[in-house]
Amino acid sequence: MEIRPILASLRKHRIPAMLIVLEIALACAVLCNAVFMIGQRLDDIGWPNAIDEQGISVVSVNGADPKLAASDIPRDLAALRGIAGVTAAAAATSMPLDRNPALSSFTTTPDGKTTVNTSIYFLGSGGEQALGLRLLEGRFFNADEYADSGFKDFNSTGHVMLVTQRDAQRLWPGQDALGKTLYTNGNSWTVVGVIADVLAQDPNFSGPGGRYSSVFFPLHPDGVMGDYVLRSAPQDRARVLREARRALGRLEVGAVVDGATYAGMRGDYFADARSMVWMLLLVCVVMLAVTAFGIVGLTSFWVGQRRRQIGIRRAVGATRSHILQYFQTENFLLGTAGVVLGMVLAFGINLYLMQSYEIARMPWYYLPVSAVAMWVLGQLSVLAPALRASNVPPVVATRSV
Amino acid sequence: MFGYYLDLALRSLKRNKVLTVLMVLAIAVGIGASMTTLTVMHLLSGDPLPGRSQHLFYPQVDPSSSPSQKQPFDVMDYRSAVDLWSAHRADRQALVAHATLKLRSPETNQPPLMAKTLATTSDFFPMFNVPFQYGSGWSADDDARNTRVVVISDDLNRKLFGGANSVGRTLQLKDSDVRIVGVLAPWRPSPVFYDVAGGRFSNGDTANFYGKPEDVYLPFGAGQDINPNSFEMFTCWGDDDGKHQQTSPCVWVALWVELDSATKASDYTSFLASYVAQQKSLGRFVHADDSRLMGLMQWLDFNRVVPSDVRLQMWLAFAFLAICLFNTVGLLLAKFLRRAGEIGVRRALGATRSAVFAQCLVEAGLIGVLGGIGGWLLTMLGLWLIRRQPVEYADLAHLDVAMFLSTFALAVVVSLLAGALPALRASRIAPALQLKTL
Repeated sequence: MEIRPILASLRKHRIPAMLIVLEIALACAVLCNAVFMIGQRLDDIGWPNAIDEQGISVVSVNGADPKLAASDIPRDLAALRGIAGVTAAAAATSMPLDRNPALSSFTTTPDGKTTVNTSIYFLGSGGEQALGLRLLEGRFFNADEYADSGFKDFNSTGHVMLVTQRDAQRLWPGQDALGKTLYTNGNSWTVVGVIADVLAQDPNFSGPGGRYSSVFFPLHPDGVMGDYVLRSAPQDRARVLREARRALGRLEVGAVVDGATYAGMRGDYFADARSMVWMLLLVCVVMLAVTAFGIVGLTSFWVGQRRRQIGIRRAVGATRSHILQYFQTENFLLGTAGVVLGMVLAFGINLYLMQSYEIARMPWYYLPVSAVAMWVLGQLSVLAPALRASNVPPVVATRSV
Repeated sequence: MFGYYLDLALRSLKRNKVLTVLMVLAIAVGIGASMTTLTVMHLLSGDPLPGRSQHLFYPQVDPSSSPSQKQPFDVMDYRSAVDLWSAHRADRQALVAHATLKLRSPETNQPPLMAKTLATTSDFFPMFNVPFQYGSGWSADDDARNTRVVVISDDLNRKLFGGANSVGRTLQLKDSDVRIVGVLAPWRPSPVFYDVAGGRFSNGDTANFYGKPEDVYLPFGAGQDINPNSFEMFTCWGDDDGKHQQTSPCVWVALWVELDSATKASDYTSFLASYVAQQKSLGRFVHADDSRLMGLMQWLDFNRVVPSDVRLQMWLAFAFLAICLFNTVGLLLAKFLRRAGEIGVRRALGATRSAVFAQCLVEAGLIGVLGGIGGWLLTMLGLWLIRRQPVEYADLAHLDVAMFLSTFALAVVVSLLAGALPALRASRIAPALQLKTL
């Protein structure tokens, strides 16, 4: 296909051609960044979390008398374990992604510094089974460690802790974390076990690299434990939750009892991200539709305008496919110019977003992928008007002269 | 002449319906997207207290002993806040601290609930223009005597008393009886400006500043009696034993002051400096040059209260509008130039260039008005969609008169902008050349 006549004709329609190029460029740039943001959000929504997310239900008790906790908590747990289908139950202070962060900065030396805020979880006896923590190294807490640990100054008075695999690697790279000591505010604890990665209570506040920075301490029944963690088969979850709320409502007179499945809590945490994904998808689809219609509209006009020229070309021997190819090539050239400009623009937008919105660098492959998408979109939308052009009969050349 | 151009424009739009629909839709979609996000932006970034915000200030001091501290904490420790408050050096001043407390209503048969509670002082209500439905706030005397009175929100009053006048009734807050002295009218400041703190640490996820205000308000001192050592902390810089919140190395009380003139504001700044210097000489403070007095709007800016998702969506929508604009320019250009023959005849018959230009602009403007109507409908749809999103500001998303008018203004401006270049080109058509080819 000879492209010189196409370029010559585009030069005559410089402004409309330029507009299409700009439209494609802008659409390409927005598409790149929007798709990248969608990918990031979906990535966030899918963060793995090494607890039994599908089996856990959480019932919270607020406003109970903390002085009675030592006797109330074992009584409540006994009642909860009696519910049919409950395989484990334990008290805890908070849950991953419950947006109620209890944070501390742990360091490997007494006077070290860190920018990571670690989420602190206190578990009552049996907490590891109730949460379904996965032990990778070492051991869980002993019965006497549960009995001896208290809660003071927002820290554990015990001497042992569990850390996540991610933290073990971050704090002691290349070394075995078992038996090592962590410090905060003059207190210290020994790592007795390394568990698979559990998410922070609110990863927004964890600092860079702290999404999975979580530590677990044992705790005897204490008023700070407001959550009962129940584990059951996923299909029993709804019933277990209902019965547990009823049982606790009876036992904890005057307290405020509330409950949710863990899957529901996780869903709540990512609700914003999910609605942003839908909104970005909507924008992408409508934007591509508008761009496509713009190309259809303008090409149709060009076809209408050039009916006589097309007729003359057909009369002097051009085949239908020549005419079709002419418009397809023209669109390809415009698309290429738009895509090249669009990739530069996309890269610039990403740089700006990185600076002002804490968005990561876009991997390079987003650029060619969205470029191909714009090319395909251009070719698809030019097809109908181009086919109409190829159907112009040669006889048009002789008419209306 | 305008009427004639309008008639011509209508004829021209009718001649190619598909193209007209395409152009109107492109403008409508672009306007709908931008106005939806712009409305949300307008609602979230606006002045929560128009006319008063310039008189409200947020003092900060730095009680921390940590050497690396570069600026004051977002809220204050108990002693600094109470010292500054009891000095009464501003026209009005209010302390603010938060807790979520168990609330029972012994007179009605309702289950207990956890109520978001604000411990504050009597100036809070007049200072922030808080509207009352029944009763009123408490007096300065109640502040001094730690009277156990509360003001409750309209929401809570509906939940507990079905919206009836509940002034004089008794509630049980945590373990103490409190008497209702006032019920607020529906009140929805956007954002809940007096609670804003720590926005710069939240990674742009600041939607929670736009939630509902507290349900229970009670005198600061009474709050200390009812809920000792259990108010929500902002942060601590040393060890806290959890038992002596008032002397702990923690920040958890905010102070708002009203200063009605610039002189008073500068006086207060020097008062703040002298307080800090005095505390330093007493050995309580280490950092003497870290105090700060920001205005309300400045404080909101500093906390970057508008969620970054909302700002991103707005930029996205404007990029989208630009695409729609390019689209419309291209289509209009093609359309006007196709009528070169017709325009040539008009020019030959004596129409001036500006007349042709005006005629083309009228056509573009008409498309803009039609697009504006479509854009308005799409904006309503967009806001309806936002109201169904699980975000704190969802219930705020409504179109006000200003934004309604801006929708049409934006649509017409955009279409005139889109029409300007094609109209200019059309008016430059040489009549002779066109007549020759007829």
